[in-house]
Amino acid sequence: MTELTRESAQALIEEVLEVYPEKAKKDRAKHLMVNDKEITQSKKCITSNRKSLPGVMTQRGCAYAGSKGVVWGPIKDIIDISHGPVGCGAYSRGGRRNYFAGTSGVDSFCDINFTSDFQEKDIVFGGDKKLAKLIDELEMLFPLSKGISVQSECPVGLIGDDIEAVAKKKAAEIGKTIVPVRCEGFRGVSQSLGHHIANDAVRDWIISNRDDQPFESTPYDVAILGDYNIGGDAWASRILLEEMGLRVVAQWSGDGTLTEMENTPKVKLNLLHCYRSMNYIARHMEEKYSIPWLEYNFFGPSKIVESLREIASHFDEKIQEGAERVIAKYKPAMDAVIAKYKPRLQGKKVMLYVGGLRPRHTVGAYEDLGMEVIGAGYEFAHNDDYDRTIKEMKDATLIYDDVTGYEFEEFVRQLKPDLIGSGIKEKYAFHKMGVPFRQLHSWDYSGPYHGFDGFAVFARDMDMTVNNPVWSMFKAPWNEADKTEGDALKAA
Amino acid sequence: MAKLRQCAIYGKGGIGKSTTTQNLVAALAEAGKKVMIVGCDPKADSTRLILHAKMQNTVMQLAADAGSVEDLELEDVLQIGFGGVKCAESGGPEPGVGCAGRGVITAINFLEEEGAYDEELDFVFYDVLGDVVCGGFAMPIRENKAQEIYIVCSGEMMAMYAANNIAKGIVKYANSGSVRLAGLICNSRKTDREDELIMALAAKLGTQMIHFVPRDNVVQHAEIRRMTVIEYDPKANQADEYRALARKIVENKKFVIPQPLEMEQLEELLMEFGIMEVEDEKIVGKTAAELAA
Repeated sequence: MTELTRESAQALIEEVLEVYPEKAKKDRAKHLMVNDKEITQSKKCITSNRKSLPGVMTQRGCAYAGSKGVVWGPIKDIIDISHGPVGCGAYSRGGRRNYFAGTSGVDSFCDINFTSDFQEKDIVFGGDKKLAKLIDELEMLFPLSKGISVQSECPVGLIGDDIEAVAKKKAAEIGKTIVPVRCEGFRGVSQSLGHHIANDAVRDWIISNRDDQPFESTPYDVAILGDYNIGGDAWASRILLEEMGLRVVAQWSGDGTLTEMENTPKVKLNLLHCYRSMNYIARHMEEKYSIPWLEYNFFGPSKIVESLREIASHFDEKIQEGAERVIAKYKPAMDAVIAKYKPRLQGKKVMLYVGGLRPRHTVGAYEDLGMEVIGAGYEFAHNDDYDRTIKEMKDATLIYDDVTGYEFEEFVRQLKPDLIGSGIKEKYAFHKMGVPFRQLHSWDYSGPYHGFDGFAVFARDMDMTVNNPVWSMFKAPWNEADKTEGDALKAA
Repeated sequence: MAKLRQCAIYGKGGIGKSTTTQNLVAALAEAGKKVMIVGCDPKADSTRLILHAKMQNTVMQLAADAGSVEDLELEDVLQIGFGGVKCAESGGPEPGVGCAGRGVITAINFLEEEGAYDEELDFVFYDVLGDVVCGGFAMPIRENKAQEIYIVCSGEMMAMYAANNIAKGIVKYANSGSVRLAGLICNSRKTDREDELIMALAAKLGTQMIHFVPRDNVVQHAEIRRMTVIEYDPKANQADEYRALARKIVENKKFVIPQPLEMEQLEELLMEFGIMEVEDEKIVGKTAAELAA
């Protein structure tokens, strides 16, 4: 594929849309754009956070996934009840690899599925009594838990159970925080509303719990928001902040605790990694406690250095010197990583399709390795995410929102990237097309990818994927078929 | 053996569905028919006059006690009352919790799977909660369930509104299945020209007023004793009325897809019979002060 121009990229979009019926074509056209760095407001050229079309293959999740799976699940010392039938909890268990330090089943509960396991009678007679009993049992079996969240599955919303009343009553009885979360899967168009609902529940039931309690502050207190410690990401980030002299009071929510979250309103600055899933609570703390918040990016040395300096600029010289010291300390290691992998990855083209943050946040890391991101899209981003993406991406690259299985495959077929970064549901389709692929939700069971330490892992993983000799060893049979078919058509 | 006829009784809440159904069923049983009543209302008061009971043990309550509906046997939930009438109640939650509609679905599925609708039966009557508020309460009129719907109504305005709404629900399922409107049963409230009004409504819906059941205190006397009139005082005039209704239902052949009325048509009918005042469009949305000015 030759270099994309704005015209050829637009032509490609139109060609791909051609197969849709008129109404679907009109709708999908609004979700696909060719990047133009001149644009300041993405809403002029892309639509996001809308209902997916029936009949297309979308990769989106639900509100329950956004709340239980993303925001609440990684908090290690509270128990998340999947309230409803057994499947939601069972099939979402352990999927996100949020690492935690602790003893599972004793003081940490991230990797256990707790469910009220609704039966027919619970639907008909309501599940409130069962929930109360379940909380009693949890309290008996896991006395070291610090609290409980009740994550509503669809039926709870349909039959109108009063989980708030149960939560209040049982919280008073057991003397622990119990948070009802109304994250029924049918709400909203994707997991994004689940993030918002989860943030609101934290706001209403947790954030002000320690407002009147004493806290030993330092001028250097910060909190990490929106790092879920996938493969240890938050740990690789936290050490950099600590090395530059900051005190990390709380980590949300990867390897996080209820106490940390309750103490967060005492910090001087909130550091926000995943904007999409936690901007709500950052904004709330800004309004209520006047705590400023700052988006940062810990993927790849260029962005990390930029972020460290920006974080330091909110503090005194001691921290600013600390940042420079950290940057200098890791520079030789980062130079070595780049010296080793850049020659092997230079000029390779990447297409990304991830959730709500990484399609823009990993661009810098790929560029550090000499790679070029030629397409990026989100499952559940909003337009404020696209505003930020336009700046990160080069001109005349493709940007796709809630891309359908068909569109993504067609884009890849035509643009022939050297690497795709997306999720498990996309992975094997592209493997079968013979395209190197990395999972960018779970890091393909590797990681961490955040921080300087993470970048070394990231670079190695991209290299071993792109330069894996396996890709030269098979030729996809349909390539042959395509050719013959094409020739036959030409002849006709 | 004749083919099993499945009938559902609908109507506005409090109109007398359960009383009418049980007296009708008692009359059918008296005439030698084999009948089953399935109560589809969480209140579970559809079989008390047949069983002389306060409230029958319901399918859903028994299922909840036993663990799940799969743990139940048919004889646990089916009771035999006056005239050999088989009785079952779906049951459901107390008001304000859970999902009563799902209870109806579960209970009816259970009765079907366990073979409650045996070959001996001539009639099954479903006595359904007043309003078809959700899919669960439409269960009795879905495919392979009730084919004949009888709507109990009176000459009161809200009862007729409700009857028309139920007719709308029937149209939806009639187009996809074999359910048909079989007639209106007028349970008299002694309003003026009640019989004429209901006959006029029935004609507009494309159906019939199958019987006019007059008001009679003997019904209440029987109810206090948890009995039907047929059993309590078989010689009463009212017993003959229920017998007449039963006979007409046995002989009924008029099953139609109803033509529900538009709201305006219904209001015109009500105005014609003087139940509703003629609307004055000029006063709509005007406050007392504005009208005085």
